[in-house]
Amino acid sequence: MSGTGTRLSRQELARLVARDIAPGSYVNLGIGQPTMVADYLTAEQHVTLHTENGMLGMGPQAHGDRIDDELINAGKIPVTELPGASYFHHADSFAMMRGGHLDVCVLGAFQVSASGDLANWSTGAPDAIPAVGGAMDLAIGAKEVFVMMSLFARDGTAKLVPECTYPVTGLGCVTRVYTDCGVFHILEQDGARRLKLVEPYGLSADQIQDQLEVELSA
Amino acid sequence: MPEITQSTAAAVAGVKDGSTVLMGGFGNAGQPMELIDALLDSGARNLTVVSNNAGQGDAGLALLIKERRVRKVICSFPRQSDSWHFDAAYGAGEIELELVPQGNLAERLRAAGAGIGGFFTPTGYGTELAAGKETRQIEGRNYVLEHPLRGDVALIKALYADHAGNLVYRKTARNFGPVMAAAAAQTVVQVEQLLPTGSLDPEAVVTPGIYVDVVTVVATRGAGAAPEPHPAVREHTAEEMVGA
Repeated sequence: MSGTGTRLSRQELARLVARDIAPGSYVNLGIGQPTMVADYLTAEQHVTLHTENGMLGMGPQAHGDRIDDELINAGKIPVTELPGASYFHHADSFAMMRGGHLDVCVLGAFQVSASGDLANWSTGAPDAIPAVGGAMDLAIGAKEVFVMMSLFARDGTAKLVPECTYPVTGLGCVTRVYTDCGVFHILEQDGARRLKLVEPYGLSADQIQDQLEVELSA
Repeated sequence: MPEITQSTAAAVAGVKDGSTVLMGGFGNAGQPMELIDALLDSGARNLTVVSNNAGQGDAGLALLIKERRVRKVICSFPRQSDSWHFDAAYGAGEIELELVPQGNLAERLRAAGAGIGGFFTPTGYGTELAAGKETRQIEGRNYVLEHPLRGDVALIKALYADHAGNLVYRKTARNFGPVMAAAAAQTVVQVEQLLPTGSLDPEAVVTPGIYVDVVTVVATRGAGAAPEPHPAVREHTAEEMVGA
């Protein structure tokens, strides 16, 4: 398998994630880069967006006189409601998440381990004020957890790692990792979780393997 | 039947020094700003506050923290771009923080209101927020024991109440209101408008009046503004109208 084209931009990555969301899915898009996925979901996909502060059927960001300070998303951005929307309180919102009713959750990450452990809530810096929000609930709740991140940190170190060195958000929860250099699936095989590169971008599969400390499954 | 008061000061009089106060709101949506202002004026201190955030900007909970009335915050997301009063208090070691994953926060409140002594949740398992907590494997999955979280007083915001204390909320401002209403010994609600009993469709009531102790009206969306159409508000007969 050789690399196709160049590394993906953030927009191209969002388009790729949107493409892979099954029609009719209930989906939660995390704060930050994952919110861009909404721009590439098509009407034909009939995807219903969940926001953990208590709404299903969330529409696009609100502008101008449509801004309502009591209609916001989890990032506290004013949003709109779509036909078929519903509101519910926080315990219900997290019950539907924890209860496995959401099909897909898309999250950003600092690191993902080869077995699907996620680190995305804290860098562990001693002077930082910790904040977790719904990150730990989202990590373990949805049927599928897709992570969007760059494959390498600014200092060049890989963010797909044998074991997370940042504080973990959830264990064994990530099912797919979408990066600028390729898409990885984390699969259960013979009782173990294995990392498989399914679509390389910009680098060949061999080049990616050379730069990772984790072994990619065939 | 709840007590109806015109005074936000009277409404928050149940909060004493050292009280645990549940405060509704997700960011500013649903945050009972005027009740918190009254709490600030009351001088109550050494408070434990349970809320999703630890205050935004220069209003509401942020001011209570600025004035060092809050000994401890139990919340999921204190750090924000405009949480400077919390940041300063925390940096100075003048406030204690118990960080709780958001869904655990909601469920701990729900458990308190529902008489549940604790629950096993998968959220947080294997993370530092579950360090030292009892764990159990149930049907092959790992869970963490979490305990109920109850308040002395809940301060929440709703759109409409009737004189029976039934509440309906508006959009995502509902957030923690219904679970906090049930989780406190005394629940105080600020509403946009108080309606005659019978005005709210029983099928559409979100928080039944049994959970509500004090109601005060604060018209934040403009005094005298025409009430927004709401599916819970219905025509009612004269017999149904109580307290008009």
